[in-house]
Amino acid sequence: MHAPAERRSEIELELNGETRHGSAEPRTQLCDFLRHDLGATGVHVGCEHGVCGACTVLVDGVASRSCLMLAVQADGRRVDTVESLARDDVMNDLQQAFSRHHALQCGFCTSGILMSCVEYLERVPEPDEAGVRDMLSGHLCRCTGYTGIVRAVLEVAGQRRAGESQQQALENRNDV
Amino acid sequence: MKAASFDYVRAESKREVLQLLHEHGEDARVLAGGQSLMATLNMRLTQPKVVIDINRVEELNRIRNDSGHLAVGAAVRQVQLTDRAELIREVPLLAKALPWIGHFQTRNRGTVCGSVAHADPSAEIPLCLVTLGGSVVLESLKGKRREVPAADFFQGLLTTDRQPKELISEVRFPLAEDGTDYHFQEIAMRHGDFALVALALCLRADGAHLGVGGVADRPVARTLPLGDELPDALNTLAWSLGAQDDVHASAAYRRQLVRELGQRLIEEPSHARTR
Repeated sequence: MHAPAERRSEIELELNGETRHGSAEPRTQLCDFLRHDLGATGVHVGCEHGVCGACTVLVDGVASRSCLMLAVQADGRRVDTVESLARDDVMNDLQQAFSRHHALQCGFCTSGILMSCVEYLERVPEPDEAGVRDMLSGHLCRCTGYTGIVRAVLEVAGQRRAGESQQQALENRNDV
Repeated sequence: MKAASFDYVRAESKREVLQLLHEHGEDARVLAGGQSLMATLNMRLTQPKVVIDINRVEELNRIRNDSGHLAVGAAVRQVQLTDRAELIREVPLLAKALPWIGHFQTRNRGTVCGSVAHADPSAEIPLCLVTLGGSVVLESLKGKRREVPAADFFQGLLTTDRQPKELISEVRFPLAEDGTDYHFQEIAMRHGDFALVALALCLRADGAHLGVGGVADRPVARTLPLGDELPDALNTLAWSLGAQDDVHASAAYRRQLVRELGQRLIEEPSHARTR
């Protein structure tokens, strides 16, 4: 594929489970394409050089800086943003825990942090505090001091494990 | 900031990448993980006419354990190595250094060869490559395939031996040797930040081979004696690196870190902080 500088190329991707189309110049960052062309304004753009982590989204399930990807590179990929988390206007368990633990104040960094947490908890279902802080080192939050975020993530990890063992217990009972 | 305009080519094969590099030379940049290049594009520190994306070139996305080396292709991401269970036996130094590179979100996309191409003096992968005596494989359309020892490849701040029409097609890490222990350690202002001083160590019964990153304009490795002669040797090494003062640390502090951390890492490696 060859995309000339001033021409917009067609891009098709799966955004939060829906097939979406748009077009972008080669130099357009993925974060700007998601916000301005596809309306996913939950993607926040901070430093534009990969340091702050505000623009983190999942690309094919992997937490990535969307300011360090070109929109044209997302063609044919699956992208998930913070808009994918709530169902029927009900926040998911991570979002609820963030609210409960005051894990945000201004909220600018939050959508990126949430998307990192989604992948992290899949990879590390039983994290310890040091692990969570290491994961959060890829994000800058100037309001919270991170303490509430760490609590929220650890709580959700525990809840999910408890939920799974409960589910397992139910299944075992049904087997009998 | 937003990048200046450029043509974008999504290459399908290594041959296509080499052809494009032959055609465009200095006007082209190879885009792999983008964790350094995209930032410099966005800040307009580099303004290439053509960006050649190698992310979908399957033949560059290979890790091979061959003839005493681990060969890592140009499109292999750092996370692919952290997920490789046998890496701790194959190249233990690299396995111990990987968690120090940036953050998991940047290792998800950042490539091994990209870090070598960028040649930041404080970067962990170039430091491991130099300390282990690895090499960089360069290919071009018309020229010969070159394999350059890492110590010759890195020539200064963000400067390497790569010629404009060449692609870094793979880097080669020597496999672990029996009787050698490998350790990695670094000090940064914040978790995951650029290292003020990074140390890579191959420790044998008769000596220590110590690599230092973040002080000189490139990674430097020296063999040091053990025992009573070690402090003097570390002091000589620390002064030889041409440390500079900058906003993050003074030259004197960097020299002190080389001496103190170096001594601790060599004499009590099991006490080293890991990540």
